[in-house]
Amino acid sequence: MEHYHMNLTLKIWRQKNSNAKGNFETYKVSNISSEMSFLELFDVLNEQLIAEGKEPIAFDHDCREGICGACSMYINGEAHGPWSKNTTCQLHMRAFKDGDTIVVEPWRSQAFPVLKDLVVDRSAFDRIIQAGGYISVNTGNAVDANAIPIDKKDADDAFMAAACIGCGACVATCPNGSAMLFVGAKISQLALLPQGEPERETRALNMIAQMDKEGFGNCTNVYACEAECPKGISVANIARMNREYLSAGLNADTK
Amino acid sequence: MGLTGFFLITFLIVHCLINSMIFFNDGGETFNHWAHFMGSNLIIRTMEIGLFAFLLLHIFQGLMLWSQNRSARPVRYAVNRPEKNSKWYSRSMGLLGTLILLFLILHLYHFWVPSRMGGIGSIHELEPASLSTYSGQEVHNLYNEMLMVFRENLWVVIVYVLGVFSLFWHLLHGFQSAFQTFGLNHKRYTPLIKGLGVAYSTIICIAFASMPVAMYMNWVS
Repeated sequence: MEHYHMNLTLKIWRQKNSNAKGNFETYKVSNISSEMSFLELFDVLNEQLIAEGKEPIAFDHDCREGICGACSMYINGEAHGPWSKNTTCQLHMRAFKDGDTIVVEPWRSQAFPVLKDLVVDRSAFDRIIQAGGYISVNTGNAVDANAIPIDKKDADDAFMAAACIGCGACVATCPNGSAMLFVGAKISQLALLPQGEPERETRALNMIAQMDKEGFGNCTNVYACEAECPKGISVANIARMNREYLSAGLNADTK
Repeated sequence: MGLTGFFLITFLIVHCLINSMIFFNDGGETFNHWAHFMGSNLIIRTMEIGLFAFLLLHIFQGLMLWSQNRSARPVRYAVNRPEKNSKWYSRSMGLLGTLILLFLILHLYHFWVPSRMGGIGSIHELEPASLSTYSGQEVHNLYNEMLMVFRENLWVVIVYVLGVFSLFWHLLHGFQSAFQTFGLNHKRYTPLIKGLGVAYSTIICIAFASMPVAMYMNWVS
């Protein structure tokens, strides 16, 4: 595709802190290269703001190669913008045309309070992982790799689930603000493997209890999460989570 | 939601099969016979209580979901493009359900109330034409009741067709969704379930919608 430059109007959510009432601010940027990434657009805009003596826009970013799950922008009404199976950092400006207006908002969720501008607090995900997203291993020397035989299909499915980068686009996109794709992926990647067996049942019960406690919504199988997930995590993982929860619930001797 | 949904899906099959007997075009004899069976058999009458309980539970669960899911996003998006990632009817189950409920109130008033409570001073006592004789036993002429409701009442027919139309979209999401809720998602079976859901919703709803239309158009008599 041919390289081109564009002038853009940006409407960006600005919010001082979690208690402040935020609002949209409009900014003009010019001479933006079609080869830039979306976060580089923000770097350019922030340099412009600093030069003008204004407060730069706070946004989350880390690896900038689509694997860390830090970037989290709701761009023109879609999590991570218009490209599918793509993170904000890997969204390139060739997705836009000269003269476009781009609206950027933070993830909107009760469980992800806005900390500043486009940065939200996703520690609710960390607490869900802490509730059961781990396995027990013996201490001592590390076991040889591939010492435990695992069916190829299970290994593949576990790997697909483990591709989740925990960015929160599923929650941001879900009309119900549900985190079930994230939790489904995290439960699945361990439930499919022998290493996950010891805590299999308590994991399902505890992670789901924590998910509910954090104030996420409920899944109504709209499947918007799967469509917007940058890693293409399948809703089959939600079904697996439902199975795990059902059987764990039936086996549990308390409650 | 899934469990009560499954139950209601099963109920609709029975309801639709019995109602389709009006198309035998025998003056409603077969239909009245089975309608009488449904209204007098002890097991069916017990299941009817279960049906109402499950319907109320389905509505209650729906309201719970609606309120919890609303509070999960207190600040809404200024710009949102849900049409890029999901079906409108999947996102509108609450609205479709409300439309179905409104239709259902009218529907129960038209048929369930007179046929179940007719003996205790409702329109049937005043309407001797709604009693007929079949195989030596008195049965409600529910068929005649259908004729009275639909024939020459264009607005009733329109409301019924719209009600069934809402039901179609509701089932289109609900059928496959119930399986997913119970964890049934499989590379081989899920496409089958989805296809079955489309076929089920289409057949059930065309059959239901054709009943008031057929009566209005004098296709059955």
